[in-house]
Amino acid sequence: MENIKCNCEGTYKEILEKYEKDKSNLIKILNDIQEKSGYIPQKAQKEISEYLGMPMAEIYGVITFYSRFTLKPKGKYHIAVCLGTACYVKGSQKILDRLKERLKIEEGETTPDGKFSIEATRCVGACGLAPVFTVNNEVHGKATVKMLDEIIDELESK
Amino acid sequence: MKTLQEIEEIRKTKRKELDLRINTSSDTREKHILICHGTGCTSSKSPEILKRFREIIKEKNIENVRVIQTGCFGLCAKGPIVIIRPEDTFYANCKVEDCEEIIEKHIQKGEIVERLLCKDIDGKKVQKLDELSFYKKQKRIALKNCGVINPEEIDEYIAFDGYKALEKVLTQMSPEDVIDVITKSGLRGRGGAGFPTGKKWELTKESKGDQKYVVCNADEGDPGAFMDRSILEGDPHSVLEAMAIAAYTIGATKGFIYVRAEYPIAVHRFQVAIDQAREYGILGKNIFGTNFDFDVDIRLGAGAFVCGEETALLESIEGKRGQPRVKPPYPAQCGLWGKPTLINNVETYANIAQIILKGAEWYSSIGTEKSKGTKVFALGGNVNNIGLVEVPMGTTLREIVYDIGGGIPNGREFKAAQTGGPSGGCIPKEHLDTPIDYESLKQIGSMMGSGGLIVMDDTKCMVCLAKFYLEFTVSESCGKCTPCRIGTKRMLEILTKLCEGEGTELDIYKLEKLAANIQKASICGLGQSAPNPVISTLKYFREEFREHAIQKECRALECKAMSNITINEELCKGCGLCQRNCPVSAIEGESREKRVINQEKCIKCGTCLTSCPFKAIGN
Repeated sequence: MENIKCNCEGTYKEILEKYEKDKSNLIKILNDIQEKSGYIPQKAQKEISEYLGMPMAEIYGVITFYSRFTLKPKGKYHIAVCLGTACYVKGSQKILDRLKERLKIEEGETTPDGKFSIEATRCVGACGLAPVFTVNNEVHGKATVKMLDEIIDELESK
Repeated sequence: MKTLQEIEEIRKTKRKELDLRINTSSDTREKHILICHGTGCTSSKSPEILKRFREIIKEKNIENVRVIQTGCFGLCAKGPIVIIRPEDTFYANCKVEDCEEIIEKHIQKGEIVERLLCKDIDGKKVQKLDELSFYKKQKRIALKNCGVINPEEIDEYIAFDGYKALEKVLTQMSPEDVIDVITKSGLRGRGGAGFPTGKKWELTKESKGDQKYVVCNADEGDPGAFMDRSILEGDPHSVLEAMAIAAYTIGATKGFIYVRAEYPIAVHRFQVAIDQAREYGILGKNIFGTNFDFDVDIRLGAGAFVCGEETALLESIEGKRGQPRVKPPYPAQCGLWGKPTLINNVETYANIAQIILKGAEWYSSIGTEKSKGTKVFALGGNVNNIGLVEVPMGTTLREIVYDIGGGIPNGREFKAAQTGGPSGGCIPKEHLDTPIDYESLKQIGSMMGSGGLIVMDDTKCMVCLAKFYLEFTVSESCGKCTPCRIGTKRMLEILTKLCEGEGTELDIYKLEKLAANIQKASICGLGQSAPNPVISTLKYFREEFREHAIQKECRALECKAMSNITINEELCKGCGLCQRNCPVSAIEGESREKRVINQEKCIKCGTCLTSCPFKAIGN
């Protein structure tokens, strides 16, 4: 995991101070940190705990409850395959299966070189383009297994 | 701050200016180019199209033309969509490169760009939006402003009677009057369960509390449903106005909208709407000069389906794990931070202002005896016109799938439609003529749900579908109660066995028994309805389950363990389409020859199945 770029240097003070010291702001804060760092580092959990005056265990409980929050950094290319029903019916499971087969990792994991990570998401909202997958939030619509292979080939050679 | 007179002034002048948006015979010299900026069209780069239009207009120094972003027009399958008003010309699948031609031909010379027109179901090209069969059977109430106004301009909302209902309520109606109108309109909760809205408001009004809250549930978790998102993206003020009306009625001063963080555009537009409303004094203290105070805050969800359940949603707003509470007490008595709380869904709110303005009788004249008004559906899956539709209650499924949806693509057969997402069920062919309303859907083992409507053709395996939904529930179960946490997991294991060809007939009975127990013993709606997809597929497609268990066959060829895909020699015409599309080069044969699948290389992805124009591929 050494190759994975970590954005967790510095402090989260700036994010924290945007919010009042109120426990109900926890999810908002976590969303901001997830956005900034791509995951929720332990350091951030500690800072939140001190700021909001709540135990780290409780914060960890909230992080692991919501699928948007992750405890591990994502890869350089984060590929999310939509498994909303509209995409599923149009064959997105096969795209996800192929992706896992090619990268030899499971959903929610990152390749050892830190280059790719996979996620199965629910509805990204582009049902008219189903099936879709996104690479770092860029939407690839009307996807086929062949198209996926070509994109992976291209990213691998980068 | 704006006074009522100032707002009325804006309404008049803006309405005149925007008349061409809804009046095709307007004699103005102006033209408005409307570009869909819903999530679907944005994904296919509609913001770049907007930018390009503006650039060209500036370069060429063209006058009297405005380029406007709007919410969803509905026909997502044809996106990005560009509409030119007042003539209402509908251009489909536009690209950045097309902008120049549209400006030169349409705007400057007044000619239609034929090649960008949309083809209707019968293959004929159609010029106007209203002429498309997709729109003919629709009735837009909740989506009235979607695709008409710029959602980020409060003045455009005001122009089309915006905030007029709030004004009427605050200046002429008592809370009892409002409840009376809503009750008489027959409006029922659009989140799925269909609880009478008027009753809910009345219960919350009657609860005693020093502080009350109004909450909007925009945690649209049903995968494949995007009605609420489209309303928030296309007409956020309509929801805000209704929340203020609700707050006045029940005696609340504070509101929250709980939106999925996965909907960045909706969140942004709603925030813009809140900011603009505050600036105009429509939110804040002493609204419209009365002694009514109200303000709204956004709370973001973080990817948990269970948070769509009202009590779990309240927990999540309080910043905790979104686990449901035991009911009663209901939120109307004990909700956010223990105070009486009114929770309604986005689409429910989107109907309110118009009911107030047009009256209960008008609303209750639409729909069926027990289900009034319209319902928005997100039509998706194996259907030609994927998109957002709003139809009067009582419209049949056949009308939605065939007349509006344009039928099944690639000449395939309709197999089933799924409503209600992971809590709903499948509707088979024999029930295509069922009128869509709360009671009828329940009777045939499905439910209205929030409005996801997924159509499936004959290449879909119903056992796999049941497994798909159970996978969803297992990963989304919050873990609080045992029947849901462990029971759904056991059901998923059995379904996986069946799909892998290792199931037995006994497994089908086990599934049924587990389903019945989970339904009865779970705490919240998620658990109680989790077995529904299995129960309804078993009810209508039992034969397919038995084939998986006994003959070890999957007729749809979806279960990899049981299907060897082969090419029928008699039907194959040697076109080579399958070979070109195969991602692993498993199809062999020279040009014009009949092709053969190399079973060792085949990964059973099914690409060839759908690409063969002669239906020569099967097992």
